[in-house]
Amino acid sequence: MTLNTRVILICSGKGGVGKTTLTANLGISLASKGSPTAVLDADFGLRNLDLLLGLENRIVYTAQEVLEETCRLDQALVKHKQEPNLSLLPAGNPRMLDWLKPEDMVKIVDMLSKQFEYVLIDCPAGVEDGFRNAVAASKEAIIVTNPEVSAVRDADRVIGLLNTHGIEPVQLVLNRVRPKMMESQEMLSIEDVTEILALPLLGLVLEDEQVIVSTNRGEPLTLVGSQSPAARCYSNIAARLKGEDIPLIDHSKEGSGLRDKFRRLMQTKIF
Amino acid sequence: MTLRDILNKLLGRHPASASKARERLQLVLAHDRTDLSPDLLDQMREEILNVVAKYVEIDLEGGAVSLETEDRMTALVANLPIKRTLSGEIKIKEQTTKETVSSAIEESSE
Repeated sequence: MTLNTRVILICSGKGGVGKTTLTANLGISLASKGSPTAVLDADFGLRNLDLLLGLENRIVYTAQEVLEETCRLDQALVKHKQEPNLSLLPAGNPRMLDWLKPEDMVKIVDMLSKQFEYVLIDCPAGVEDGFRNAVAASKEAIIVTNPEVSAVRDADRVIGLLNTHGIEPVQLVLNRVRPKMMESQEMLSIEDVTEILALPLLGLVLEDEQVIVSTNRGEPLTLVGSQSPAARCYSNIAARLKGEDIPLIDHSKEGSGLRDKFRRLMQTKIF
Repeated sequence: MTLRDILNKLLGRHPASASKARERLQLVLAHDRTDLSPDLLDQMREEILNVVAKYVEIDLEGGAVSLETEDRMTALVANLPIKRTLSGEIKIKEQTTKETVSSAIEESSE
């Protein structure tokens, strides 16, 4: 079987912007659309993808044992019970910090590519070894950032590094968007961020308390068919990845009332 | 600048913070992308001015060397108004056309 596997790095530079949550939700969403998908937690120093997917108690082996040939790949893969098209592979565990090299990562991803249509790599924060390992095995990338100066600055640094590694395409997901703050111009706008980073926008994710609720339960929003704002955003992003033409969510919910008209007038750029 | 910014200015309020964020980001990214600290940029500016000054007389006050970024491309932009070349030929700057012309005449009569 030959699969045209897409190996996608999900990275951000800065920590805490929503890489792992995006990886979990995209993984579930792609799988539920019928694509066999593997999510690889490259952040084995501080791994969390298992927790967000509710698979923390089911990990027996990791990529390390597979590479050492003490177990087979299918023994290390943790298949999601409710979404059997999705499997998780942890790269390693915190006790074995120094073993992984870029070549190891490439080997593991090559193995995964033989049986999955999508391989999503959850990249560790920072631009050090863990990041370099993950980049070595990736073909394309999604940059996750928030509309905040520190997150955008770090994203810019990562984009520069991805360019030098020949990763292409690199697309942007703007996470934790607060439409009200954008309207009152107390938050960088979507255009501000896309212009500054000069990346095509794959999608935006609205700020949503349900994300926290879902991580508490270990059930990603896209798994339970939630219609909450963030869930719809994640599902749209997955559809766009698969080549569907889905318009951006109408984040401003533009109305025709006098108040909305006035609000838009105040946003008009004059010079 | 948006209408809201103007209104805020008229009322003496702080401008909305997004424009401040944009400005600060653009500046810090221009430096990040080139790996140039403000100190190094200053040093480079001085050296460039010295080199140019060997060939033409420049207006040191009006000169500016800065980094400008567009679409991930960063350019070093130097704007150095030339007073005259050392060989005596007089050059440019539109607002000073009159003086340029008159001094050009003086030069040629010398």
